[in-house]
Amino acid sequence: MGPAAPTRPEARRPKPEADKNHLMDPVLIAQIALVVVVFHALLLSAAGMVYWERKIAAWLQQRVGPIYTGPAGLLQPFADVFKLFFKEELRPLAADKFLFYLAPVISAAAAFSAFAVVPFGPPTDFWGLLPREIPLYVADVNVAVLVIFAITSMGIYGIVLAGWSSNSKYSLLGGLRSSAQMISYELSYGLALAGVLVIGNTLSLHDLVEQQGGYWFGVIPRWFIFLQPLGFVVYMIAGIAETNRAPFDFPEAEQELVAGYHTEYSSMSFAMFFLAEYINMVTVSAVATNLFLGGWKGPFLPEWLGFLWFLIKLGALLFFYLWIRWTLPRYRYDQLMTFGWKVLLPLAVLNLLVTAAGVVYFGA
Amino acid sequence: MALDTVLFYAFAGITVLAALFVVVQRNPVYSVVLLIASFGGLAGLYVLLDAPFTAVTQIIVYAGAIMVLFLFTVMLLNVPREDASEFDRAHPLNRPGARRFGAVLVVLFLIEAVWAVWHVSGRETAALRATDPGSVASVREIGKVLFTDYAFAFEVTSLLILAAMVGAVVLARHRAE
Amino acid sequence: MITLNHYLVLSALLFAIGTAGVFLRRNLITVLLSIEIMLNAVNLTFVAAGRQFAAVDGQIIVFFVMTVAAAEAAVGLALIIALFRHRESLNPDAFTSLKW
Repeated sequence: MGPAAPTRPEARRPKPEADKNHLMDPVLIAQIALVVVVFHALLLSAAGMVYWERKIAAWLQQRVGPIYTGPAGLLQPFADVFKLFFKEELRPLAADKFLFYLAPVISAAAAFSAFAVVPFGPPTDFWGLLPREIPLYVADVNVAVLVIFAITSMGIYGIVLAGWSSNSKYSLLGGLRSSAQMISYELSYGLALAGVLVIGNTLSLHDLVEQQGGYWFGVIPRWFIFLQPLGFVVYMIAGIAETNRAPFDFPEAEQELVAGYHTEYSSMSFAMFFLAEYINMVTVSAVATNLFLGGWKGPFLPEWLGFLWFLIKLGALLFFYLWIRWTLPRYRYDQLMTFGWKVLLPLAVLNLLVTAAGVVYFGA
Repeated sequence: MALDTVLFYAFAGITVLAALFVVVQRNPVYSVVLLIASFGGLAGLYVLLDAPFTAVTQIIVYAGAIMVLFLFTVMLLNVPREDASEFDRAHPLNRPGARRFGAVLVVLFLIEAVWAVWHVSGRETAALRATDPGSVASVREIGKVLFTDYAFAFEVTSLLILAAMVGAVVLARHRAE
Repeated sequence: MITLNHYLVLSALLFAIGTAGVFLRRNLITVLLSIEIMLNAVNLTFVAAGRQFAAVDGQIIVFFVMTVAAAEAAVGLALIIALFRHRESLNPDAFTSLKW
């Protein structure tokens, strides 16, 4: 046994990666800060959506909306939250206690988690503060599109369990109808996504956005919406149905079902359903922005300000959501299901077939 | 303790405990919700096994679609809570010697399980083979093999689903009396 | 460190729990749920073995098992609904007309 042979176990084991203190690693701190920022941004966006919904509804109906709470009514959502906070938390005696409180938690958790894999800006190293670039999303998953789909389908349980556990007929009917609607439109949602995946040839949202940089003929940006117009339309319609927004909000129809699955909820549980609905809207719009509208790519701004373009496009899609809600009348339930299965699903399949044929013929 | 080991035991614990409670407790809606939790644990295990596509498919198909179907059925039929086995004379556990024999089998099984795990975990060579990133796990690889080697099975599966769909609709519809 | 044995034992445990559920529960829905547990135990074995032998076939078989499980759950639940309409009970002991 020679004296130079490293027979001690420490010498044989590979050295740990960095010998600086792991807890103070700036990249780790930046990632944790990113999680905090995204979470609060989502909360603020839900609050913002409350405000803009009221304002845009008002303008579409030729009135002014909230103007008294704060300057131009900007504190209205906070007033709403305070009101909800101070309401009494009710639970029907016959309601199943555990599931009754679990349901809004599932809805809200699924809504927040789905946004974790959505990138909202180009990879950045924050102007040299970090040793390497980090991508601007919470979780780095290379099957990001599927993860969003999976978590959205978990959000259905919040609604169906809310409907059942409230032990009341309006809730049960609303819950069952709502979840049947969501699973029906999930198919068209997935197929519309599949069209983009066939073109993009990757499941990672980040790579899909990167492929949309550049221009055709120097003028038209290479967004997938120009390659997949039908896919975009199908995706937006399915997205509106998935988030239970008008004109597909029959399960919450005030005239028919009192308030559907959240009839028996009050105070913060109701606020959580509300929150989940708005954040689902934001997530669907964010995914549409990334997949079809080029994400953070845009002219005139330097690359690192890309998230501003993302916000602009996101805002446009959210405005579209609100606009549709206050313009179109509500679908009746059987019309809704007929439309989903007999019109939207064949269109989505057709879109996928044509896209696949096009990719094979033109060689991507 | 390596992160891998902790995560494995955490997910495995969730899966087994949830499955155990599915079988043991008597409210059918709780059973379905616990099974969803069990599937979530399994999805975590698949991620640990470098199979992210399988994990996500598990959530989408099993936890997201099949369990919704179960939940709908339970709610539509308003399935009642089951009676405890002590009150049911025809219950298999009330046959002579059933509980004792079952307990013996459970003990034997647990001894064997603990031996199998303890016997191997000391040896470095028995660890799961490490995968190079993107070799086994990539969705592209799965798609390629699925549509070439297993293309026939894939097409037959679509026929199977069609048959199941038609069967389910026919079996469950109201007979016009 | 986690070996293939760990996964196999876990899978065996899940399969045993599922089998116990199929034999011992007197509610058809829970019996179907136990069958799903058994199928998932098998899926786990496939994926673990696929990883051990560096073959992607494990995950593909799992894909097919999931499809079959979905089809079987759909038809099984339709059968349960039809049976329930007939007898108003979900206890397997209520369906003994074919017993001698």
